[in-house]
Amino acid sequence: MGLIRAQNRTTAVATLAVLLLGSALGLIFFYAPTDADQGFSQRIFYFHVPIALTSYVCFAWGAWKALGVLRATEDPERVERNDLESYVAVHLGVVFGALTLITGSIWARASWGVWWSWGEDQLVLFLVLFLFYCAYFMLRFSVAPGRQRANMSAVYALFGVVLIPVSFLAIRLSKKFIHPVVFTSHGPQMATSQLATFCVALAAMLLLFATLYHVELAGKRVDIRLRELRELLT
Amino acid sequence: MTVPPKAPPSEWQYVAAAYGVVFVFVLGWVAIIGAKLQRLQRQLGDLVEKARDRG
Repeated sequence: MGLIRAQNRTTAVATLAVLLLGSALGLIFFYAPTDADQGFSQRIFYFHVPIALTSYVCFAWGAWKALGVLRATEDPERVERNDLESYVAVHLGVVFGALTLITGSIWARASWGVWWSWGEDQLVLFLVLFLFYCAYFMLRFSVAPGRQRANMSAVYALFGVVLIPVSFLAIRLSKKFIHPVVFTSHGPQMATSQLATFCVALAAMLLLFATLYHVELAGKRVDIRLRELRELLT
Repeated sequence: MTVPPKAPPSEWQYVAAAYGVVFVFVLGWVAIIGAKLQRLQRQLGDLVEKARDRG
């Protein structure tokens, strides 16, 4: 019963994600005006920034689940569940992080004429955050599965979350202003139509993450159950 | 004979590349999940066979 309810929820989230992604693409290319300053290439912003924000959400969700691992000391089943959920969230965070770096690099090339700029704090800090979480997998797969691995992975995921506000604020604290600052203390610096398009794209990306998260989690759970069944039958 | 210099990619080409990367990622992810589902289906079939053999 619970499995059917979870399947229905995933299907509903996936359908909504597809609809919103389609709507976002329609708004980006047929509704949002061309930016007077950056021209047509500014349209990369509508996917690049939501992808970056989604990767932050993934890492934060992974850290929240990691906290659940450390708190559920008496319940091994809860530890196992939270550990798997934390791992899947971090995994998707790294995937979204890679997409952020790739789309950002393409946008940089179109706007600044370079693929990468080591002088930009925001770029370098995001790369540090990305590499930090890449190392999570090295740590995780160098330890045998069990309570120790769950604890070590949880502590690592929790440490990484500290880098998120640093990465987010770097652009605002930086003295160089090559990287555009759209959301300031005075509110979003864009037209209402651009803001509406951005919000739809952000909602679409968050729903895409929710879909990928639930499907990947379901696949991993089935894998674990099959392994248990195989052990029972042999 | 000199080869004429290649024109730099226009803005729309960069935009297409950025959106293309995201599209390829989603496509790749669906392909990976599809392959995984096939593997799980095969493994489940093997286990059902094994359970039947045991009676």
